[in-house]
Amino acid sequence: MISPHTPDDVSRRAFLETVAKTGGQSFLFGSLFVNTAMLRLPQDVASPKAKSETEVGKGVVYGFVVDTTKCIGCGSCVRACRAENGVPDGYNRTWVEQYTFYPDGEVVVNSPNGGENGFAEPPTRNMPAELEKVQPVRGFFVPKLCNHCIDTPCIQVCPVGASFKTPEGVVLVDHERCVGCAYCVQACPFGSRYLNPETNTADKCTWCHHRITKGLLPACVVSCPAEARIFGNVSDPESKISRILATNRVQVLKSYLGTRPRTRYIGLDSEVI
Amino acid sequence: MHHFITEGYVLPNQQHIYWTVMIVLYPYITGIVAGAFIISSLHHVFDKDELKPVSRFAMVMAFAFLLFATLPLLNHLGHPERALNIMFTPNLTSAMAGFGFIYSTYLFILAVEIWLVYRVDIVHLYNETRFPALKPVYWLLALGVLDISEEAKVVDHKVMVFLASIGIPAACGLHGYVGFIFGAIKANPWWASPLMPVIFLLSAIVSGVAMVMICYIIIQWFNGREVDGACVSALIETAWYFLIIDVALELLELINHAYMANEDWTILKTLVTTKLFVSMFIIQILLGSVVPFLAMGAVVVFKQRIPAAVRNVIGVVCGLLLLAQVAAMRWNVVMGGQMFSKSLRGFLNFEVDLGGREGLFAGLFILCLPFVVIFVFSRLLPLWGAVDTFPKAWMKEKPPVRQPLKGFSKFSS
Repeated sequence: MISPHTPDDVSRRAFLETVAKTGGQSFLFGSLFVNTAMLRLPQDVASPKAKSETEVGKGVVYGFVVDTTKCIGCGSCVRACRAENGVPDGYNRTWVEQYTFYPDGEVVVNSPNGGENGFAEPPTRNMPAELEKVQPVRGFFVPKLCNHCIDTPCIQVCPVGASFKTPEGVVLVDHERCVGCAYCVQACPFGSRYLNPETNTADKCTWCHHRITKGLLPACVVSCPAEARIFGNVSDPESKISRILATNRVQVLKSYLGTRPRTRYIGLDSEVI
Repeated sequence: MHHFITEGYVLPNQQHIYWTVMIVLYPYITGIVAGAFIISSLHHVFDKDELKPVSRFAMVMAFAFLLFATLPLLNHLGHPERALNIMFTPNLTSAMAGFGFIYSTYLFILAVEIWLVYRVDIVHLYNETRFPALKPVYWLLALGVLDISEEAKVVDHKVMVFLASIGIPAACGLHGYVGFIFGAIKANPWWASPLMPVIFLLSAIVSGVAMVMICYIIIQWFNGREVDGACVSALIETAWYFLIIDVALELLELINHAYMANEDWTILKTLVTTKLFVSMFIIQILLGSVVPFLAMGAVVVFKQRIPAAVRNVIGVVCGLLLLAQVAAMRWNVVMGGQMFSKSLRGFLNFEVDLGGREGLFAGLFILCLPFVVIFVFSRLLPLWGAVDTFPKAWMKEKPPVRQPLKGFSKFSS
């Protein structure tokens, strides 16, 4: 065992003294850079900001998981959302995309009416009749909705502060403040927002804020027969979503844009943008 | 907002185009403001004396267009009655929230500068107009400040120098900022680029110079007055110079996209070669850039060997082509960025509306309004540089020829 009093200690002490003298300055200047230089991954493990926002026991923080391996493309969620939130025709707070892969390498993506009526047949490809008969090799469905990003560009760009985030992490629009400039619609990388033609204000998925604040689940989650949508409190380690997040590898959409979505996906294919 | 025919996979909420003619018009109008102001400053601040005949007019043009820069935006907003929230409750992280402040600061600077340029003339007109009914108008325009002593003029000039020195960065800021509105949107690969503010600013200057040049030559023709050859040459030179940098950057931006060939290039390539082919390669690059580059280049290179009449025609024709270039550039950026889906797998077939609140006619109407202001202005005050262009018929006698102030000659026109 090494003695606790080695000659090295002297130089170590001198070193520590030097550090103490210069430490103040280093701390001041260093701290300017540490925050910006801190690696921020899409998942909120490495970022101090994200940690504080999802810290266990410090209030409710909501999260959403979409298990693409379970979605059957029935469109119940889209219909439920429209009914629950009065979403105008031609617009969607949530939608389902169908990805179909053909032997020639082509990937066809479609979402007729946002998948509201389900997907009865493989998509048409506008190809000669003999090619139209070629059967796809694989396919899957991907439900989409607002990602309720932690570093959300839609809130960043709203000129009047009408877009905001609740302490629980839900991104909402104040329809009394929104001027209807549509800058947030342009800034959302996921196409989650639209201008509601009835109110002339920006509109989007609220994770059914009116329901979740009463202890209910979002309409799309309740209506999903395949349990492809999981919603809950990620700050509670016992919650269903926490267990799913703890036992699955999840991804987010367009992680390279650094918006850090709170909606996470299981089984996301590289073709899904 | 319309439901458009789509190709490929377009995200459900993107089957509408939210920004149309009005949002193309907004950077177009502010661009003309910035460009016209630069022309005025080249004379006022940088002593480019050849531009003296148009320096006042350019400033009035900048002001007239600036007055209507907000109109397309107000017309576009879903809730225009809440527009002032942008200044009452600004969200400081928003690029757009700066608009109210940048716009009103610049409007204030420009208004005070014009007032200082014209104050002495206004007082002269107040004293000498033969229509008594106009007296109160001129008194109001002079804001009741009727002192035109040499001391007062010196104070005017001092303030003007100060304002001009902050007016140039303000003009650049206003338009660079408009480019930033688009360039800072990372969600849109066609917009997201640090070059965007620079390109917007340079094309703004091109369009402003072109507009001043066209109006100057045509108004001189219309009034049967001689077109100042040196002035037209200087305008052509300025337009040529800024056009070269502008187009070089525009092409570099496109080439950069193509060379980097990120995942978005597949759709951007299809965008520029199909949907934007005419507006980009034919109008913006061939007709709007290559042709004026060659024609105006001839004027710059051969100088006096080109007859004045030919030079004037080149000025008007190239001016119109440059206006088309910049309009096409605005269109290609604003509309091009919305013609493809963020799914990167589909396109929208956008067709411009003629009628309607945000249609083409509404846009053209708004574009005409600044000219109405310039016309009214020209009935009250002299638009052009020299004293002898006063509306003589309105005055009792020829106004006294004022000597330039010592040391401030560049401001005393």
